[in-house]
Amino acid sequence: MTVTQELANAPAGPHPTTAPRQVLDALEAESIHILREVVAEFDRPAMLFSGGKDSVVMLHLAAKAFWPGRVPFPLLHVDTGHNFPEVLEFRDQTVERLGLRLEVASVQDYIDSGELSERADGTRNPLQTTPLLDAIAGHRFDAVFGGGRRDEDKARAKERILSLRDEFGQWDPRNQRPELWNLYNGRHPVGHHVRAFPISNWTELDIWRYIEREAIALPGIYYAHEREVFTRDGMWRAVGEFSEPTAAEEVVRRTVRYRTVGDMSCTGAVLSDAGTVTDVVAEVAASTLTERGATRADDRISEAAMEDRKKDGYF
Amino acid sequence: MSTTTLEYRAADAAATGTLFRFATAGSVDDGKSTLVGRLLHDSKAILADQLEAVARTSTERGFGGGAGGLDLALLTDGLRAEREQGITIDVAYRYFATDRRSFILADCPGHVQYTRNTVTGASTADAVVVLVDARKGVLEQTRRHLSVLSLLRTAHVVVAVNKIDLVGYARQVFEEIEADVLGAAAGLGIDGARVVPVSALVGDNIVLRSDLTPWYTGPTLLELLETLPTQEETTDADLPFRFPVQTVLRPQGALAPGLDADAFRDYRAYAGQVASGSISVGDDVTVLTAGQEPRTTTIAGIDTADGPLPAAAAPASVALRLADEFDISRGDTILAGPVPAAHREFTARLCWLSDTPLRAGTRVLVKHGTATTRGIVTAVTGRLDLDSFATGPADTLGLNDIGTVGLKVSAPLPVEAYAANRRAGALLVIGPQDGNTLAAGLVVGGGTP
Repeated sequence: MTVTQELANAPAGPHPTTAPRQVLDALEAESIHILREVVAEFDRPAMLFSGGKDSVVMLHLAAKAFWPGRVPFPLLHVDTGHNFPEVLEFRDQTVERLGLRLEVASVQDYIDSGELSERADGTRNPLQTTPLLDAIAGHRFDAVFGGGRRDEDKARAKERILSLRDEFGQWDPRNQRPELWNLYNGRHPVGHHVRAFPISNWTELDIWRYIEREAIALPGIYYAHEREVFTRDGMWRAVGEFSEPTAAEEVVRRTVRYRTVGDMSCTGAVLSDAGTVTDVVAEVAASTLTERGATRADDRISEAAMEDRKKDGYF
Repeated sequence: MSTTTLEYRAADAAATGTLFRFATAGSVDDGKSTLVGRLLHDSKAILADQLEAVARTSTERGFGGGAGGLDLALLTDGLRAEREQGITIDVAYRYFATDRRSFILADCPGHVQYTRNTVTGASTADAVVVLVDARKGVLEQTRRHLSVLSLLRTAHVVVAVNKIDLVGYARQVFEEIEADVLGAAAGLGIDGARVVPVSALVGDNIVLRSDLTPWYTGPTLLELLETLPTQEETTDADLPFRFPVQTVLRPQGALAPGLDADAFRDYRAYAGQVASGSISVGDDVTVLTAGQEPRTTTIAGIDTADGPLPAAAAPASVALRLADEFDISRGDTILAGPVPAAHREFTARLCWLSDTPLRAGTRVLVKHGTATTRGIVTAVTGRLDLDSFATGPADTLGLNDIGTVGLKVSAPLPVEAYAANRRAGALLVIGPQDGNTLAAGLVVGGGTP
């Protein structure tokens, strides 16, 4: 049964009048609760927003949490300089539609000034940490929402919904606060901050079903399109300014889509004919690979790649 | 009945199913990681790239066990130190779905800080699965786990008697353990505990029914998890309406783009999550504000971004509009039914989670619902012996102790007995200096102990 059919069969309209026990309703209620708690208890919250599907869903939830008010915090994007142009365009349209302020922390600026240097493998995701921490300190943000999900990665499975970070942004997995009931404790020493993960409990499939149910717009590259690609490390990589094939890598045209949208230099496409959100839901439900395993070169660096990045202040 | 391959993987579960949260608790070496791995593996929640990683590591370490030589315990290792030391350090969350339900599993380690971890995992769980090693039976730690679950009023306790293969699938061994478990549970006031014979290593009665336990006619572990009612449907059913106000929605100058400024000029609603019970438009409610007399009004509207609702029930996140213009702010409670007393002094059980021992006179912060207030521990009057479930005299509480204390707070709180209403009786005790969470609190009642 599709979500639409299910809703049509539901007793009273698209939202139940009794307890929200259906999966998406329960997850939405939990996320809205977390968003409101953090905004109520912190002085200067901000939300990481890249235009990727998880941050788009998180922002959609924020808009619902504070309706009819505007989303009451600015957005922050750590731009690797290797982003998909379609995604940046989508990001800017979304910011304008919701009447929000966007702060951009640019990895390219840090490379240009010599504060960061390009890695040998060309991957820029690990380089996001320094600009992120500088932006948090510079804007004096005390809580930063991130769209991390616990089902993404083994280290993220141990992450709290409110995660304390010291002045170096470091995550100490052995010294995390217990989280009890739905009572969140965001108290932190001056100079430290909190990362808040309102969609911790959502899976990739939940995200897609919610995008379908709520008719949430996404950058077009999440849906099947034709593109010039080549294979590297067993993944399909787009031919583009920031991801050039070597002479040995054959360029072909394929119908692909992106399951995750990150830095062009480390994000792979998957062969897919899923042109609509309904197609994507069906594809994700039947997939035999995790989204990061299928599409992220940066998580293939080692078994603890995400854990190491998080300890250094990454999301 | 023979084992059949069940196509559980995803399907339409997330669209049609309900959300069910459960936690696992166990002692050292009782095979809990293997059980969780088996549950995920046999319900087809493990994808090919994850299985490949497990297969690689299993081979490297020369693992020769079941599941085609896969060490399923590796599926739940999250951190580098855990893989290196072969231990589990912290609560990890796992996700899987069947045709009937989507599951959130809080996987709680058994050896390090098991009280803290079990309390954390159980605080949000509809059910807790406690592991018992069939060769060892009910241990001291099993009793302790059951004691904690009794205190926390977990809706369902499921005891998995694991390693049943290592006792030759002996019916008598299982039935003796089952009798011990049910006796211990009954002594702790836990009703309806379920006991299932399983082998996580081989896969008996986890997802698939085993041919080797024909004497067991009950459900498999997964069948139980798929069919047990949720907390809201059981212990929390029929509770009165409680709604801690999170924030006031008064958009005025900061209206979302596209909305009509005139229509929302005087808009004022109270945002929150229904903690217990349900409410309908037109219902009488009482507003509790610390230090003020209770005020009564009616519900004028229940709003969401998708439009107004006629009614809302826990755990919905909504915004309430009231018929009267009261001054209401974060920390206030909107409720229906008999009005609970607000207490400046009350008695609570604390699960102490800090390395620094608690003594009478310790200054703390108390978070209850959305209210945070200063407090002082006026007395430590007893420590619970988890083995006998009796409270003995004590004047301090150490890490992982559960004890009875008197609390005095600067602003009266509408605390209710945890035994009557989990949400209205739960609180956090927070260190005023470093902000750390020092204790999980379960309110016993008003007045000093």
